[in-house]
Amino acid sequence: MEYWLPLIFVSLMGLALLLYIILDGYDLGIGILLPLASDDDKDKMIEAIGPFWDANETWIVLGIGILLIAFPSAHGLILTHLYIPVTLMLFGLILRGVAFDFRVKVAAEYKSLWNTLFFVGSLLASMAQGWMLGSYVMGLETGPTSVAFSIAIALSLPAFYVVLGCGWLFIKSSGELYNKAAQWARVAILPMGIGLFLISIATPIASSEIAGKWFTLPAAIGLMPIPLMTAVAFFTALWILSRQQILDAGYGWIVFVCMVVMCLMMALGLAYSIFPDIVIGKMNIWESAASTASLKFALIGTVLAVPMILMYTIFIYKIFYGKSQPLSYE
Amino acid sequence: MELDPFVLSRIQFAANISFHILFPSISIGLCWLLVYFRLRYTFSDRDDRMDWEYAYFFWVKVFALTFALGVVSGITMSFQFGTNWPGFMERAGNIAGPLLGYEVLTAFFLEASFLGIMLYGKNLVSNRTHLISSFLVAIGTTLSAFWIISLNSWMHTPAGFTIENGVFMVDDWWAIVFNPSFKYRFIHVVLASLLTASFFVAGISAWRARSNVDGPATWKVIRTGVVLAAILAPIQIFVGDMHGLVALENQPAKIAAVEGIWETEKGAPLTLFGFPDEEARTTHMAVKIPKLASIILTHHADGELQGLNEFEDAHPPVAPLFWSFRIMVGVGFLMLAVAWWGAFALLKDRVGPWLLRALSAMTFAGWVATLAGWYVTEIGRQPWVVQGYIRASEVVADHAGGMVLSTLIGYLALYAFLLVFYIFALMTLASKPARSLRANIDFAGAKPTAPAVGAA
Repeated sequence: MEYWLPLIFVSLMGLALLLYIILDGYDLGIGILLPLASDDDKDKMIEAIGPFWDANETWIVLGIGILLIAFPSAHGLILTHLYIPVTLMLFGLILRGVAFDFRVKVAAEYKSLWNTLFFVGSLLASMAQGWMLGSYVMGLETGPTSVAFSIAIALSLPAFYVVLGCGWLFIKSSGELYNKAAQWARVAILPMGIGLFLISIATPIASSEIAGKWFTLPAAIGLMPIPLMTAVAFFTALWILSRQQILDAGYGWIVFVCMVVMCLMMALGLAYSIFPDIVIGKMNIWESAASTASLKFALIGTVLAVPMILMYTIFIYKIFYGKSQPLSYE
Repeated sequence: MELDPFVLSRIQFAANISFHILFPSISIGLCWLLVYFRLRYTFSDRDDRMDWEYAYFFWVKVFALTFALGVVSGITMSFQFGTNWPGFMERAGNIAGPLLGYEVLTAFFLEASFLGIMLYGKNLVSNRTHLISSFLVAIGTTLSAFWIISLNSWMHTPAGFTIENGVFMVDDWWAIVFNPSFKYRFIHVVLASLLTASFFVAGISAWRARSNVDGPATWKVIRTGVVLAAILAPIQIFVGDMHGLVALENQPAKIAAVEGIWETEKGAPLTLFGFPDEEARTTHMAVKIPKLASIILTHHADGELQGLNEFEDAHPPVAPLFWSFRIMVGVGFLMLAVAWWGAFALLKDRVGPWLLRALSAMTFAGWVATLAGWYVTEIGRQPWVVQGYIRASEVVADHAGGMVLSTLIGYLALYAFLLVFYIFALMTLASKPARSLRANIDFAGAKPTAPAVGAA
């Protein structure tokens, strides 16, 4: 148990954070795109995420919650080192979260202010998350390499979210907005791809520990599917976006699927790079694990609750399935 | 001036938690009121039905806004444990971690997920599914309170653990979750939320009634709020008293500060008013009633109460507690008086403009009492973070003072901005009839008014 429990919890934490990146990723991406849309489309874009964003955001609370429950000393170490980006992310998430309501509930003359704050919050949260991710991959170092790396991810992650958001708009919208999403995605996908490519190259250069894990035989061969699948997903998305007739036929959702596959592959790659550490080069998962009694108690609740959460999440996505409707409280 | 990161982190946490509690203190109670409105809608005949429908339409918007503010400020809290108080989780994480985890797993996802159906799904699902969704959101908000109050109570009255190398280890989960002060605190907090929500809906509705918005629907809400408050206010005073007795047993220094008792004495007088002076260790110009403190707290005229001087450098700051407590109790009794006045007037069908003005003036009375109450509780635990075991100063993160100051200023500015817009949005919403807030209403029930229960 002492060996397995930290493994189970680190997997759950990875799953929660992966779901967060995908689910809140599309919300944040749509928020970043908001200023580019007409007033009418702005409302439609919010409609596409309105019923989901709150539950989507809860996955990061669960992810960080598991870090806290299962690895309390790593929790303190990581969050104190990431003090500034975490604070900026929180400011962003606060502004974005309340803008959903304020933009339609204050007097009409303030709606554009709250649309702008929606955008600012989404962008700020996305960039701060990129900074956090970069700094975390670099083992929370503060040297110039680490800072440069963090800046690179802080710039790439919003682009990734934007394409993900466009993918979601393909699923939830039609007509003019659908075509707008295609235009936006075409612009965003190349810098996103280049950014991800550079980051993948830079990671082993910047971190000798990660390089050691990837460039040894036979591991290197076994790991090939990860970059290959990522590349296949990327070029499939690129190809779909460049074929207007395929998009017109309603196949835009494939772009979203490709983005999810890329997320999954990158998460696997990242997990492999870090495991079994929880903070690279500083602390492994067993050193930082909470007591077995606490993990057992938490596991009972997790085993009971997570399947239920997944079930009712699916139930809710089914209720709001299909192209989004005007949001009304009726 | 030297910037002390400990003091700044404390102010920041206090600012965050004070801002946060404003919204759950409304939304927990308001959500149950919304479930009630839906039930009344489901089981009423046609005329009343539309009124309850309008009541729901108006208040669900206020709820959505309030809930969103609670969510975002709550997420901030969960991160601040790590960014500012890492020592707390390193030492008490074995206990605090799972309790917070259960809150996320059983409450956060439940409320966040079904909120989507509650707010936007009414046309997509049956009335029954919608009613159940609203009910699940209410259950979620209350479960959330259950877990967080359990952890908070444990920090006041820790139980069910052993300590190994300075780290808290779990001994008995039941004893931890249901620690000695838990049930009193939980009931006190839930009642506080219901009372806050009652005055909130009655106050805003009174304002709407004076400008004649939404006619009978508005009056139904006023009646609901006033009657609920009239029933709950005396119960709350009773529960608060029991809660105080538990605090006396477990945290005598807190009670000594609340009562302004410096020396241990038998037959201690009750200090109604005065100016506690920690340097001189006395209360200036105290207005006292002989023996009453002993009678209230020990139920004996000559019962002994411990004074602050027994707890050298381990008792909370006196003046903030002394004053917060009096504000809480004062506002609590004022709420009781206004609620009973309102209930009596409604009973006699003699509601005048003065009652409506009084209710409007009391719209945020619950906020004042709730904040003052939490200050009594939380400042009353100082200097400890876990009563008797961990001092707050031991667990603070070692940040540069300037950095904490900059984030503190950021939070304060953001919270002030949001609070202004919150009030502003409430005023905008309140001035509009529920009908205009609905996109396309079929007035007078052209909507399919299916037979009440389980209309699929």
